[in-house]
Amino acid sequence: MSDYILNPNVLNDDVAQEPIRAGFGRGLKAAGEANSQIVALCADLTESTQVSVFRDAFPERFIQTGIAEQNLVAVASGLAQAGKIPFASSYAAFNPGRNWEQIKATVALNDQPVKIVGGHAGIGVGPDGATHQMLEDIAIMRVLPNMIVVVPGDSLEAEKATRAIAENGKPSYIRLARVKTPIVSTLESPFEVGKAYVLREGYDVSLMGTGVMTYQLLVAAKILAERGINAEVVHVPTIKPLDNDTILASAHRTGRVVTAEEAQVAGGFGGAVAELLSEKLPTPLLRIGMKDRYGESGEPAQLFEHFGLTGPQIADQVEQYVRSTPQYHRQY
Amino acid sequence: MGGKLTLTQLRHKANDLREDVIQMLEAAGSGHSAGALGLADIFAALYFNIMNFNPQDPNWADRDVFFLSNGHTVPIQYAAMAEAGYFDKAELITLRKLGSRLQGHPERVKLPGLENTSGPLGSGLSQAAGYAYALQYLDNQKHRFAYVMMGDGELDEGNIWEAAMFAGKYKLSQLIAFIDRNNIQIDGSTEDVMPLEDLKGKWESFGWHVLEIDGHNIESIIAAVDTAKAITNRPTVIIAHTIPGKGVDFMEYDYKWHGVPPNSEQAKEALQKLRTLDGKITAGEWA
Repeated sequence: MSDYILNPNVLNDDVAQEPIRAGFGRGLKAAGEANSQIVALCADLTESTQVSVFRDAFPERFIQTGIAEQNLVAVASGLAQAGKIPFASSYAAFNPGRNWEQIKATVALNDQPVKIVGGHAGIGVGPDGATHQMLEDIAIMRVLPNMIVVVPGDSLEAEKATRAIAENGKPSYIRLARVKTPIVSTLESPFEVGKAYVLREGYDVSLMGTGVMTYQLLVAAKILAERGINAEVVHVPTIKPLDNDTILASAHRTGRVVTAEEAQVAGGFGGAVAELLSEKLPTPLLRIGMKDRYGESGEPAQLFEHFGLTGPQIADQVEQYVRSTPQYHRQY
Repeated sequence: MGGKLTLTQLRHKANDLREDVIQMLEAAGSGHSAGALGLADIFAALYFNIMNFNPQDPNWADRDVFFLSNGHTVPIQYAAMAEAGYFDKAELITLRKLGSRLQGHPERVKLPGLENTSGPLGSGLSQAAGYAYALQYLDNQKHRFAYVMMGDGELDEGNIWEAAMFAGKYKLSQLIAFIDRNNIQIDGSTEDVMPLEDLKGKWESFGWHVLEIDGHNIESIIAAVDTAKAITNRPTVIIAHTIPGKGVDFMEYDYKWHGVPPNSEQAKEALQKLRTLDGKITAGEWA
């Protein structure tokens, strides 16, 4: 059933890696080439968000707002009313962390096609520490009516996702990680807003990941296979709208679900899956991610290890979960 | 296109808008009286003399745009829009009622002719600045203008000053801002709650051209906008000194009328005062 085209090299030590934001930079430039109404705004972080790629190609369509995230998004709302498709970029800690109310009233309720770009999200931002590690963005963005929430899994997918939300006509949030991330997909792999993808079929447990965690789940699934546990891996790059059909079908096949995200599980991706399963197909669920605590300074790899988010650590957690939790099967 | 009324006609129109507001707020049973009444003269001038628009084609490509930042004063905008022909005046009394297009604070997607959604204070200037930026730098439409109305209490918000810096930096000369300088906010006088003066100096230091007018003198309002249009290297802010509750003497100057509507007795009294003011009917009809 899984016809998803994985990078054949994904589980090798020499897998190609690239920061997800690099894909966003390329995608924004390509979107700008395809549509002259696209404009980009940035709050004094143009290089590190990779909006610089668009700025260099289309300087007349780039708007520097300074360190003023409330103004960033409300100006974008006004530009959208004038017919533009604005990408409003900063770090996720400030955008949507600082300006959530402006996003709610002037973009989401106002139903303007402003694209909120949250760079350097998650604990992967590393040494900058807890103030800059945005962990609550998935939760606060997915509760907004009208808002689309996309969390790409690698740079190739970020490029496709950026182009897709550029043309979707809706308020949208794209969450981008800073760290170099293994390339999971290929240029030919599908991406559609609102779709989840089964990357690996299995029947003992469904491992569902968003963003950079999908790679860790593929690593975990390989380790679990060596221990006699056949895990399905589902990549969920769109948190809202959630691909209910794919998630429920997988949960139905395996009878056990694990979610993984480098964000707060409360209200986050894990929260979204918990809501879905408890209403439609109550299935045992293990949520992996940040649990009601902040991050701290450290190198990204150290932090992933510290918070139990690496593939081998996840494999251990899942093995214990599978051995202690009966599969739940029910018609739905 | 709204058509350009004469000064005398505009004064009558402002009074009509005040009557509309009293009737709307009484019917709604909640809402903000003082600010809406204080803005009647400016809205009469904007919608019946200054701005170009077409009520039959709210998204007309050549229109001027108006952004309300202090969204709680929206009854006066609804009244102006209805009087201008965007919708039937009978709809005005649906204000704040379930299912109405006239939400308690303005929602663009609900009512054609609104350019923005506002209510949480401080973001309307940014929205207007974004539109003005598009006019000036992206679409080269020099004949159109983006207007925005801000309250004075609203200037406590940091977002306003972010937008003021932005508009100053980009010299958004097609952005024409009004400040409703009525000196009240919910908790009292603006200068007690959080002093705004030197208000003119603040805006000048942010790179704006600043005009100060009597916000009830329609001739001054129109002249100020003409001046603003002639200033082509800076945005202009018009500090319009207004009397909260203007036109209804028992509401005037009293901050307690900021966030409450008149009851039926008070509405009757207010309408009587407004209607006799211009001698349109005799007081006897209401006695």
